[in-house]
Formats: sequence, structure tokens, C-alpha cells
Amino acid sequence: MKLQVDNIYKRYNRRYILKDISFTAARGQSVALTGPNGSGKTTLIKVLSQIVRPDKGEMQFSIEDTIIPREELNRHIGLVGPYLQLYQELTAYENLIFIAGLRRVNNAVDRIKKLAGEVGLEKHMHRAVHTYSSGMKQRLKYMFALMGDPDYLFVDEPTSNLDKAGIDWVYSLLAGWKKEKVLVFATNDEPDLEFADKVVSVVS
Amino acid sequence: MFHEVWILFKKDLLQEFRSKAAINAIFLFSIVTLTAVSYSIGSHAISNFILAALLWIVIVFSALSAFSHIFLKEEEAQTADTLKLIAQPTPIFLSKWLFNTLLLTLLLMVIVPLFIAVFNFQVKNIPLLLLSIFLGDIGLASGGTIVAALIAKASRRGALFSVLSFPILLPVMVVGISAAQIAFTQEGSPLFPSEITALFAYDVVLFTTSLMLFDFIWND
Repeated sequence: MKLQVDNIYKRYNRRYILKDISFTAARGQSVALTGPNGSGKTTLIKVLSQIVRPDKGEMQFSIEDTIIPREELNRHIGLVGPYLQLYQELTAYENLIFIAGLRRVNNAVDRIKKLAGEVGLEKHMHRAVHTYSSGMKQRLKYMFALMGDPDYLFVDEPTSNLDKAGIDWVYSLLAGWKKEKVLVFATNDEPDLEFADKVVSVVS
Repeated sequence: MFHEVWILFKKDLLQEFRSKAAINAIFLFSIVTLTAVSYSIGSHAISNFILAALLWIVIVFSALSAFSHIFLKEEEAQTADTLKLIAQPTPIFLSKWLFNTLLLTLLLMVIVPLFIAVFNFQVKNIPLLLLSIFLGDIGLASGGTIVAALIAKASRRGALFSVLSFPILLPVMVVGISAAQIAFTQEGSPLFPSEITALFAYDVVLFTTSLMLFDFIWND
């Protein structure tokens, strides 16, 4: 499992947000993206997640030296970010069943129960998402990202809105995740950087 | 792909069931328009040619009032990025198109019999009317869905949607009016006059072009 990013450029209006960004991450390796506010970390995470198309540059996602075709990429990617919203009028359970359906997750109900137990949301699964606190929403976003068991996990501000218990859970998740999959996260928090094997500085 | 379309369509249905935003807009607008038209005409005798035009005006403008919701709600709730992350553009377009088609079909099932009852006239060729409305439904949904995707990211969307949709949907309306005029006035007229062929051809072109363009509109 490997991610290769070569010479990525992205500009909005006439300003380059990303300029010549290159790095690689292999299975068992985690990459931290750092940089001041407005430096393009979020844009880079969106580009990696295929939400935003770069103006120039190449990205290759591969599993055992086989490149994953673009149209299949979204099945392999999980993303957690402050801008990624879930469907507020649906319950947490309905949101998760929705993503499980798209990702063709076997035993979706069991997986939801397992993940809900891990993040501490098992008693709130049938509540509409708009009734959740910001910390609960952040936990639910992790569940949403992990439902399809993605090979690549991209996280923007991993611990934002979380309490101590939530932060501990995220750290244990990241520690376990980086052993088996590819993890890229954007952060400026020093404790988060302990999980990084490689730090890429993003400067616009 | 059909599995993805079905899952996305079910999500839109569930959202609509909870919020009722589009269904309220389309039904309220159509009932208000129909009431306004019937009051303005009053008890005056009106030819079936003009009634055909009035029916299609009610249908088209009611559709315009509701179609923009389908992508607007994703932008306003900031779930458009979520959708981009989890699904491919083609299933997204097809599910949204299916939703708009269903919405307009429900409206037509209510508004057409109501229109005929309010103006108290006899339709001479019911199969032709049903066929032309069905083809019109598909054309309006195709054009409305692609324009809704196009304007979702723009500011001042309301005006923009009507301005951009109208030229695209005008051929559907013009040919639909012509087909309805035949259905309202000519007993024993053929089921497939040139109007039906034209509507079918325009539907195919509109649907195919919308499907092909959606990837660029959605991702850029």
C-alpha cells in the first residue's frame, strides 16, 4: 500500500495555494502536514481525498504495486475534517447505514455497534445528528470514515472539538492505524506530531 | 452503479420525508398558480388551446420552484464534499434526476386532474396527454437537475436558476403545449404525432448531455 504525490499545484483565482508538493507514504507510515493557518493544509487534504482536483501534478494510490483506478479510489479513502458534514436531519445510525450501503460493508449493523462502542456513542445512535454536540459529531465523523475500512485515512485537525477521553481514543486509533494503513493528517498541535513518521511542511 | 444510485436516492427520499422542503415548495407553488389562473379567468369561456398553454405554464414554473433544492441543500448543509468523497458523479446525477422526476410525477398526478376539474373541460385524447406529460416530466427533470448542479455554488442562485433553466426547458414547454392542444381538441388523433417524436428526441439529447456534463460541473 503506497501513496505517491508528485508536484501538486493548486491555485484559487490567481494565487497558488499549493505549489510543488511532493511526498510519499507507504504502509505503516504516517505523514503529518504542518504549516501556518492559510498555508494550504486543508486544500492538500481535499486534493488527496479527491474532493478537489489539482491544477497540475500526479497522485498514485497503489496496493501491492497495482495502481487503484480513479473511479474506484473513493472506496479506499476515509476522511475526517471539520468541513466534512454529515446529514443533520438523519440519525447517526441512518448516516452510517448510508455509507455502509455505498461501501457495500458486510454485517454493517455489527460494525456500527462495534465502532459506536469504541467511540462511546452506542446510546446516541438513533438521535438526529443536529442534536449532537460538536465533540459527538467529531466522533461520528471518525465512525463514518472508518465504516468502509479504508486503506488510506486522511484527517484534518485530528483532535479538534474532542474532550480528553476523545483525544485518547483518537490517539489510540492513529497509533493502531499507522501500523497497517496509510495515514496523512494535518495539524499544528505538538502532541499530534508524535504519531508522524514524516513531517511535510506546507507553505503557500 | 445501480446499487449506488438506489442508496443515494433512498437517502434523498429520507431527507425529503424529514424536511418536506421540496414537496412543500412544488405543491404550494402549483396550487397558488392554479388558483390565481382560475380566479383571473373566472367564468369566461376559454378555448382549449389556451388551456393547454396554461397547464404547461403551471407545470413548468412549479417544477422550477422545486428543482433547485436538490443540489442547493447539499451546498447549504455543507454535505457536497461528503458526497464527492463517497460517490462517483454519475450515480449522484442519476439519483438526483430520479428524485426530481419522482417529485414532478407526484405533482403531475395531482395538478393535471385538478386543472381539468377546475376548468371543467373534456380531454379528447387522454393517452396522448399522458404520454406528452410523461416525456415532458423526463425532459424537465433532466434540464432542471443539471442547471441545479450548475448554480448550486453560485451566489444569487434563485434568479440564476430561472434564468438558466428557462431557455433549456422552453422547447419542452413549447412542444408540450402543442401536444396538449392536440389532446384537448382532436378526438381520435394519433398517439405519436410529430410533437411526441420531438419531445422524445429532446429528452434523449438533454438527458445524455446532462449526464456527460455533470462530471465537469460537479468536480470543477
